Amino acid sequence: MTYTGLPASVEAIRRVREDPHRLGHRAHGPEEPVAGAGHGETGPARKRIIVGYGFWIYLLSDIVLFSCFFAAFAVLRGATAGGPTISQIVDIPRVAIETTALLLSSYTCMLSFAATNARSRLWTQIFLLITGFLGLVFVLLELQEFIELAARGITPQVSGMLTSFFGLVGLHGLHVTLGGLWLATMLAQVQVKGFRPEIVHRLICFNLFWHALDIVWIGIFTIVYLLGSLT
Amino acid sequence: MLGKLDLSAIPLSQPIPLITSFVVILIAVAVLILITAKGWWPYLWHEWITSVDHKRIGVMYCLLGVVMLIRGFADAIMMRTHQALAIDAPGYLPPEHYDQVFTAHGTIMILFGAMPLVLGFMNFLVPLQLGVRDVAFPTFNSVGFWLTASGALLVNVSLFVGEFARTGWLPYPPLSETTYTPGVGVDYYLWAVQISGVGTLITGINIVTTVLKMRCPGMSFLRMPVFCWTALASCMLIVATFPILSATLAMLTLDRYLGWHYFTNTAGGNPMMFVNLVWAWGHPEVYILVLPAFGIFSEIFSTFSGKPLFGYRSMVAATLFICIVSMMVWLHHFFTMGAGPAVNTFFGISSSIIAVGTGVKIYNWIFTMYGGRVRFEVPMLWSMGFIFTFIIGGLTGVLLAIPPADFVTHNSMFLVAHFHNVIIGGVVFGIFAGLEFWFPKAFGFRLHEGWGKVAFWFAFIGFWVTFTPLYVLGLLGMTRRLQHINIEAWRPWLYISVIGVGILILGVISQVMQLVVSIRDRETLRDVTGDPWDGRSLEWATPSPPPFFNFAVMPNVEGEEAYWGIKLRAVETQQLSPEPKYEPIHMPVNSPVGFFTAFFTTVFGFAMVWYIWWLASVALVAAFVGFVVFAWRDIHEFEVPIEQVASVDRARRAAREALLEKLTRQEVLP
Ligand code: HEM
Ligand SMILES: [Cu+2]
Repeated sequence: MTYTGLPASVEAIRRVREDPHRLGHRAHGPEEPVAGAGHGETGPARKRIIVGYGFWIYLLSDIVLFSCFFAAFAVLRGATAGGPTISQIVDIPRVAIETTALLLSSYTCMLSFAATNARSRLWTQIFLLITGFLGLVFVLLELQEFIELAARGITPQVSGMLTSFFGLVGLHGLHVTLGGLWLATMLAQVQVKGFRPEIVHRLICFNLFWHALDIVWIGIFTIVYLLGSLT
Repeated sequence: MLGKLDLSAIPLSQPIPLITSFVVILIAVAVLILITAKGWWPYLWHEWITSVDHKRIGVMYCLLGVVMLIRGFADAIMMRTHQALAIDAPGYLPPEHYDQVFTAHGTIMILFGAMPLVLGFMNFLVPLQLGVRDVAFPTFNSVGFWLTASGALLVNVSLFVGEFARTGWLPYPPLSETTYTPGVGVDYYLWAVQISGVGTLITGINIVTTVLKMRCPGMSFLRMPVFCWTALASCMLIVATFPILSATLAMLTLDRYLGWHYFTNTAGGNPMMFVNLVWAWGHPEVYILVLPAFGIFSEIFSTFSGKPLFGYRSMVAATLFICIVSMMVWLHHFFTMGAGPAVNTFFGISSSIIAVGTGVKIYNWIFTMYGGRVRFEVPMLWSMGFIFTFIIGGLTGVLLAIPPADFVTHNSMFLVAHFHNVIIGGVVFGIFAGLEFWFPKAFGFRLHEGWGKVAFWFAFIGFWVTFTPLYVLGLLGMTRRLQHINIEAWRPWLYISVIGVGILILGVISQVMQLVVSIRDRETLRDVTGDPWDGRSLEWATPSPPPFFNFAVMPNVEGEEAYWGIKLRAVETQQLSPEPKYEPIHMPVNSPVGFFTAFFTTVFGFAMVWYIWWLASVALVAAFVGFVVFAWRDIHEFEVPIEQVASVDRARRAAREALLEKLTRQEVLP
């Protein structure tokens, strides 16, 4: 087993680059499997891999959660019960700003992680702060949208369609809000504790979480807002 | 201040729940007093409540499950006797109470009885069988367990503060909406199941990660014991489907609390959406339960036949096949919805196809016994009883899976008989077989064999006497969940069923006796070798009970049936492998975070049930603060010194030397 001291995931990527035709099949190939990645017969993975892997699995379950709310929206989309239709409530300009904010925040989030890898506390913090700020913009805009709709009497209590609309968009908003709380905690932890291994692991997880929310939002933006505005 | 909660929530006018709650509270207080008087709190707190040891957590899961099985059994006795007494007569349970009993029975048996037991087995066994020292996330493991316990507690609180749901174990709307069920019963259900569901999801993620990323050196996938495969499949189903349950319950919660319209029958809500969603979880759920039971049986059949499992690879393939197909059959629970012949045909066929995977397994087990030296010890009895029982249950399942036939049998007693046939014959027999099999591993002494056999025969016969009449009743047209009966022709069958319950009660008593007798005779039943059954997988390589770090040195696996290989080599060479070089071990430190989280979620759930908003907010904030405090700690692991590791392992090796001598003398091994 060649151990180069790199994180196993980086090591794995290096191997793949050098041997592009055996993607992901280390264990059966002539080469030895990557130690510390938990592959094949190499024994348990390292903590960093385990944490990231477990969090991926959590994210998959979260995606399933969202897909139920997507499914509910698909089922109830036409159930307006005499109330407004979806095309009457979507406000594309605002959602465009929201989307931009969220996508940018994903970018800055990634930058913060690059800074983490370079072990720069200052830049990690700065980019995390920007990420949090953009997230806040997103949540506030969404809140504004909900409040304005409510002021027009458009609430989840009106129809099945509105229920599923507020449910899906609200669930995502709730995730972003909780992500913000987590982000604030991470800011404090990085400040006080620095880049201890467990803090870095949490930063990895936070990154994954934040990007996953972005992907879900792309789905919401397309299916709820863009397709909604067409009808 | 107290929301909807006032004195009228205590069922002062209903003697049955009142007396039951009184007895329960009395027992609880007595236990607490006993613990305090004996000064056991520090021990309990340090060794169990805050423990992050997967074995301890596994044992606590099983304990919770067993207690809840007994609670659910009490409900079952009430239902069977009530129906027998309610033929052209009032019976003794008023409708609103009878409805709570069958709802509580189903909920408790599946979610708080069988689930914790199955999760307990996975927790206890998976790291041991994989040759590692713990699961991937030990502290989260503790959180997961305590959340399940929190849900169980809420269900039981509903017995004496308020009421439980009257909607059936899957609260179908519109009945479960506020319009038709305004009380707190459904809310208790929602929060209890929601909280424990999160716990289950955590455990599922944990086990999946453990199996995929934490196997000892040499333990490639196709060398894992079948139980690990089934645990993996079951937990993948948990990860894939428990979020569906969470989502569905959240939607119903929003309907009930905020007047939304997911499932209402007004304003565009869609009740059938609930039914679809809940069964998209519900059917995989039955396989979440039964797959690990299949794993238990696989281990037992090969151990007690003294042979490797027949068709190991086909067993793995069948497990994964069932895992996937089980997510494509949910509609068979409501063929009568009227989705049309094409849809019903699809789901009818996909449901029947599951029987193919199961059939492969059944043949593999039978061929494992074929030509082996079968030892008819208690775990083996349960396993053979399972084969017989489960085949019948599977066959009636295939009958139900034929849509036109199901239009007649749907929601009849035939259906009730079917699912008890598979769940008792499969899951519960599996649990009892497993408890019998691994009890010595967990506690260091075997269970008394005589009482075990008696318990098996009572349970086996009792099961058939109780449930065969239900098949007949179903075909005679009796629907499920009847509080009052006025058809004379059903009388004899209902009576026979009560006799069966009587036999089952004897079975339960025998099991309690078995436990008592075994504890009394523990010195004679002591398992000194760590390998009481001549086992084949790595958990038998550890002493009984295993040290908290499981393995002094991580095993190096060189083939299938890891421990069997080691044993054969030892017998051949007449010696153990040379003493390894010991190193200090790092183990995770205990943590009270699981207990505190569960405390706050219990308070939160209770507050939500009774609309005590301020308390709910306080509990939420407290839970969050608790988590941050936990995340702030600096010490995650402690070191086990070499001397301790070495002394534990030398003791184990001494016991193994003795075992080796015995094995050679008896020529147990070829
Ligand atoms: C060959 C395999 C099986 C088939 C084809 C099958 C088929 C069915 C069908 C068609 C129904 C719905 C009947 C109705 O509502 O009218 C049903 C209900 C049920 N089955 Fe099975 N089943 C099989 C195995 C199992 C197993 C292994 C379990 C549990 C471990 C199980 C547990 C249940 C439960 C709990 C219900 C009813 C729940 C309720 O309505 O409350 N089944 N089964
Ligand atoms: Cu099913």
